[in-house]
Amino acid sequence: MSRQSAEAHPSTRLYVAIAVILAALTALEVMVFYIEALAPVLIPILIVMMAAKFALVAMFFMHLKSDGPVLTAIFAWAVFIATAIVVGLMAIFGKFAG
Amino acid sequence: MEGPTSTGIPNRKLAMWTFIGSECMLFGTLIATYMIYRGRNLVPPYPHDLLNIPFITVTTFVLLMSSLMMVLALAAVQRNDLRATKLWLALTALFGLIFLGGQYYEFSHFVHEGLPLSRNLFSSTFFVLTGTHGAHVAGGVIWLGTLLVRAIDGKLDARHAETVEIAGLYWHFVDVVWIILFTLIYLLV
Amino acid sequence: MAMTDAHSTGIWSWLTTVDHKRIAIMYFVAGFAFLLIAGFEGQLIRLQLAAPARSLLDPDLYNQLFTMHGTTMVFFAGMPLVVAFFNFVVPLQIGARDVAFPRLNAFSFWVFLFGGLFLYASVPLRVMPDGGWFAYMPLTNPEYSPGPGIDFYVLSLLISGVGSIAGGLNFLVTILNMRAPGMTFMRMPLFTWMALIVSALILLAFPPFTVGLIFMLFDRRFGTHFFDAAAGADPVLWQHLFWVFGHPEVYILILPAFGIVSDVIPTFSRKILFGYPVVVFSGVLIAFLGFGVWVHHMFSVGLGPVVNAVFGGATMLIAIPTGIKIFNWIATMWGGRLRFRTAMLFAAGLVATFTIGGLSGVMHSSPPADLQQTDTYFVVAHFHYVLIGGTVFGLFCGFYYWFPKATGRMLHEGLGQAHFWLSFLALNMTFFPMHFSGLLGMPRRTYTYAEGLGLEVFNLISTIGAFIFTLSFVPPVWNLWRARRRGEPAGHNPWDASTLEWTMASPPPHYNFAEIPTVDRRDPLWHPYIEPESRGDGDEPGGAVPRRQPHEPPAPVVMPNPSHWPLVLAVGMLLMTIGGLGSLGLTLFGLLVTAVGLFAWAFEPPFGEEAR
Repeated sequence: MSRQSAEAHPSTRLYVAIAVILAALTALEVMVFYIEALAPVLIPILIVMMAAKFALVAMFFMHLKSDGPVLTAIFAWAVFIATAIVVGLMAIFGKFAG
Repeated sequence: MEGPTSTGIPNRKLAMWTFIGSECMLFGTLIATYMIYRGRNLVPPYPHDLLNIPFITVTTFVLLMSSLMMVLALAAVQRNDLRATKLWLALTALFGLIFLGGQYYEFSHFVHEGLPLSRNLFSSTFFVLTGTHGAHVAGGVIWLGTLLVRAIDGKLDARHAETVEIAGLYWHFVDVVWIILFTLIYLLV
Repeated sequence: MAMTDAHSTGIWSWLTTVDHKRIAIMYFVAGFAFLLIAGFEGQLIRLQLAAPARSLLDPDLYNQLFTMHGTTMVFFAGMPLVVAFFNFVVPLQIGARDVAFPRLNAFSFWVFLFGGLFLYASVPLRVMPDGGWFAYMPLTNPEYSPGPGIDFYVLSLLISGVGSIAGGLNFLVTILNMRAPGMTFMRMPLFTWMALIVSALILLAFPPFTVGLIFMLFDRRFGTHFFDAAAGADPVLWQHLFWVFGHPEVYILILPAFGIVSDVIPTFSRKILFGYPVVVFSGVLIAFLGFGVWVHHMFSVGLGPVVNAVFGGATMLIAIPTGIKIFNWIATMWGGRLRFRTAMLFAAGLVATFTIGGLSGVMHSSPPADLQQTDTYFVVAHFHYVLIGGTVFGLFCGFYYWFPKATGRMLHEGLGQAHFWLSFLALNMTFFPMHFSGLLGMPRRTYTYAEGLGLEVFNLISTIGAFIFTLSFVPPVWNLWRARRRGEPAGHNPWDASTLEWTMASPPPHYNFAEIPTVDRRDPLWHPYIEPESRGDGDEPGGAVPRRQPHEPPAPVVMPNPSHWPLVLAVGMLLMTIGGLGSLGLTLFGLLVTAVGLFAWAFEPPFGEEAR
């Protein structure tokens, strides 16, 4: 299988570029954490950056962008149910109240 | 060996993705528990007394970079560049080991500071959540080690790219979980 | 080596088999044995409750019996019997020679069996778990349950859960990937569809339970505080984790039964299934909604009106796809040429009794009504109607339907009918009166009741019904025994059914299909415009033609090798489990055996050369 999909997969240069973005996002996350002025919006900013890193690894390192939609469907379905249950449980335990 | 599949995806790769789906629920439940119990700890020490953000940022960076090594190993084995395959596999495993070393240091430091597993609600949730992740990293390191031994024996080439790819999927998933844990445990402390 | 083992019948060939049909038989025999044991436990409970203030069982033993009854029925009878049918039927229905991972399949069976045996090791040791099948915290924490009973519960379900997850993974990949050419999703038989959905449910529902069990194990063994209110934790979290799993679990048990009757009713009505896509999608919808209703098991916890209303509403929604299925089955029978053979009787029985259980289920979806019913016999009546009237009837239906295929022998029709009518009578007689005793306020899980509360008659009827239930197992066991010698040969397709498993000889050869067929329609053995009788006996497989051109030689048949490593791996995990009772050394030794088994497994060639 390797020949064809090797060409379909992103090149080494793209992999390195993704890694640089991931590293930069991580640095940014930690910087945001230390900036007092951003404290009120810290949670949404961090969640967005976390989701961005998650998506980059899944799409490029795990090749979901170029692989079959079946795999994306399986993963997205599981992430959706898991997220829904985490958020649902947190809501039931009053984590979003006030 | 096995014939063409109905979806065109090899069985083992589909199985790994399915397993990853199931693992989402495993870590989802652990994360939900951690988040529900956040701020409910009644007995010191508390998370902000102990969590060391600069230190964990370094090990997080190491684990992120191990994912880069992993894709480079896959790219190398796909173009049948066996020397590069061995190098990148070894580096991936090494970075994984550095991460585990960091976790060992962190855990023993916490215990030393008065936070054994049975201390309080924070110790229970923290150690079981990050420990489960650490066990996954350790399993991945062992897996990468077997691939490395096969590569050194000359038994791993472009025909086995799928095997490397599947190990890589597992490795990246473990990395993805850490991306979430890093934010939720350390930055949202 | 592969050749000799595949055909031999010695004990070693069963210990090392990876053949899905043999694994199915092992699942069936083990699951049926656990069904009889758990049924006996239920019978003892009914004997104790036959009259007020009886002293056959003391309160402790009573608690242990209802715990073992529930735990065994759900995990060691219901699930393995369901998986037995997955194993036997799914590869045949999709036109495959085996499952995607045959050795993993054997491993799943062995860890399930070891989990069950480990749980029952608590019986001779007189330390049976007594916390109910739900094991609510804080009742099960080390303070209130100091003995090892709960540890047997936790560890046996951890190990068998690994087998369930492995099985779910295996069947999901098998159904997605191993379908014969032309077998598109919308041509798959309904049983295979439900197996696909249930596999996904297993994969998503078991991990939360596993995590909950690990928390419980850590709280009991290592002094953590996951469910310790004094440390700031909330014991109700255990209930959430249990029911996040527990509600999908009931669909894991019922959807396969729905799949079975969705294949059986068209066969015995001589009509294609009414509204096939609707039946499929209502199954998907039930599974999806099943993850959003767990709190309806916890209305009486007091989570507040908003939470209760949301989950009550979601629960009512599930009645819609379920009702759709019932109407589709009735519409399939409507105007069909019905043949009430035993399998069809059980299918029709399911439609009737499941509907009764479904209706009482809708009653507890309303929180105010549920508050009156929680922990009374009304709930016991409800879930026995759906689990016996649904799951068990569905499994019996499948048993009578596929037995000729599995063994090549027909079962005796009269004995089958006796079985159906006895169990139908017994089910209604045992559990219908519980609606009344429940609404009169009789609490569950209490070892006796006082005189003069108006409960005597209902309980006596229930107990007599339970006796008839026990009796109802005589005809099928006799039938099985009889079929060994005197069952008539079944032929390829005794019921004139439409799906691929009926194209081959009965019992199927170990490679299933000499040539993989190509499928061009939903009911490949039924030509849409020709009456079933006017065709041959499945020897001319209408819609399932081998894709080979007449002049081509057949492709070689490559079958998986038998392997003893799944058993070694399972033994390693059993040793770890036993070590979990308090021996670190044994746990580490088990880990070593597991690791050795895993490596040997990974480097063993999974497939033989040509095996025919």
